[in-house]
Amino acid sequence: MLEKFMNMDRRIIFILVALVVIIPTLIPIRLPITVSEPTQKLYDFIEELPSGSTIMMAFDYGPSSLAEPEPMAKAVMQHCFSKGVKVIGMTLYPNTPTLADKLMRKIAAENNAVYGEDYVFLGYRPGALQVILGMGTDISSVFETDYQKTPITEISMMENITNYDQIDLLLDLASGSSTETWIIYANTRYGLKIAAGVTAVIIAQMYPYLQSGQLIGLMPGYLGAAQYEKLLNAHGDGTVGLNTASFAHLLIIVLVILGNVAFFIHRRREA
Amino acid sequence: MEVFGIWVAAFLTLCIYSFLYRDNPFYRFAEHLFVGISVGYLIVIGIHEGVIPLAWEPLSKAMNALWTEIIGETTPETRKALRGLFRILPIAIGLLFFARLSPSHTWLIRIPIAILIGFGAGVAIPNVLQANIFAQTRGTIEPFAAIGPFVDVPPEARLSTFDIFGAILMVIGVICTLTYFFFSVEHRGPINWLSKVGIAFLMIGFGAAFGNTVMGRLALMIHRVGFLINDWIGSFGALF
Repeated sequence: MLEKFMNMDRRIIFILVALVVIIPTLIPIRLPITVSEPTQKLYDFIEELPSGSTIMMAFDYGPSSLAEPEPMAKAVMQHCFSKGVKVIGMTLYPNTPTLADKLMRKIAAENNAVYGEDYVFLGYRPGALQVILGMGTDISSVFETDYQKTPITEISMMENITNYDQIDLLLDLASGSSTETWIIYANTRYGLKIAAGVTAVIIAQMYPYLQSGQLIGLMPGYLGAAQYEKLLNAHGDGTVGLNTASFAHLLIIVLVILGNVAFFIHRRREA
Repeated sequence: MEVFGIWVAAFLTLCIYSFLYRDNPFYRFAEHLFVGISVGYLIVIGIHEGVIPLAWEPLSKAMNALWTEIIGETTPETRKALRGLFRILPIAIGLLFFARLSPSHTWLIRIPIAILIGFGAGVAIPNVLQANIFAQTRGTIEPFAAIGPFVDVPPEARLSTFDIFGAILMVIGVICTLTYFFFSVEHRGPINWLSKVGIAFLMIGFGAAFGNTVMGRLALMIHRVGFLINDWIGSFGALF
């Protein structure tokens, strides 16, 4: 029995993982969600912004990692539009503009937000460092036009926005090291307040910045998206994803425990 | 057209997941297609968002303006466009990267590399020191300024017992982990004990990072399964 378990075909584990992902997707089960302090801080910050304030959202993730940041982007944009907070979108990733533009337009349409008045998408410019530093002096020197090639000077929402001084918060939706770059250059050099919504893979790297106050809030992966949706009383992709992920996590924990127990029994028998 | 896109995406998703059974031609086809399309897409984006707006357009406008100046039809716009001529210098330096293609001129590549490293180091060092050393050190020590009743802070700003425990634990973790990486002194006696505690903190950190990585990978799978069930199977109705 133990030998069989130790030499189990890995494809059985793949089938088990597939089942615990497929079944909750077909039969949705709502598990309780507790809001963590970092997500609550981000929500409170945006909640306290007066109408007409501006936040910048950096869509720093690619198509291969949009599963987690996209529900966060949806939830935060929904919150901003409902409060009359303006949103400037941009990205440091070359393969994201189409995704981000489509997403912003979809959420804006659902919330009756008007392009050029309530939100704008600037698109992508090469050279992350130069883009971050350049926008600290003059946004129009980096983005002379928006993603649709409209001169930035002709966009009414951008009339009174020159640089980071007129932006209340930068939310970096990241799947890589972009949040650190924003902190090092935009926060340290220009004092721009920064929050992040990151994929689970890089959460551990973000907590030191949260503890030191360099990040004012943090949404960790599906959990962060689900928590933000709970604060908005909305049931979105984050909640659905987290419910499904919880079952998969449970299976993995069971497998880790079984694997360790089997390993130690096997080692003792060999000794 | 949208349904066609969904079917292509579903086919490629299944091709990639087929690797879980074993390596096969469908997986290799999807893998090669992904790499090829990614590179091609990035090159096109690089040309359209980088080369054309930052180099070609300002330079061509500047050349036209220069010609207008030469024939004596100066306007404020042509004067402004002439500034584009300054871009010749960075463009020329950038083109030196291609010196690599000529063995006798390879040495020229040192010029753009030196400029890049010099710029990078000059900009990065003060900001990285500030963000990753000074601010992090302050973040480690700062909680102790809110421990009452020894420090004069309002009661509502004082740390709870749990927060004080966290602050102390963090300082211990930082000191022990740094000790582990401190090789100027032989790791014996108390230093050895400190570095062993440092290893424990490192292992906890790696464990958390690994757990989060598994969580992240599962999120990608959940997203794909959601796509297959909701979008792909959902599109059957439009076809059949």
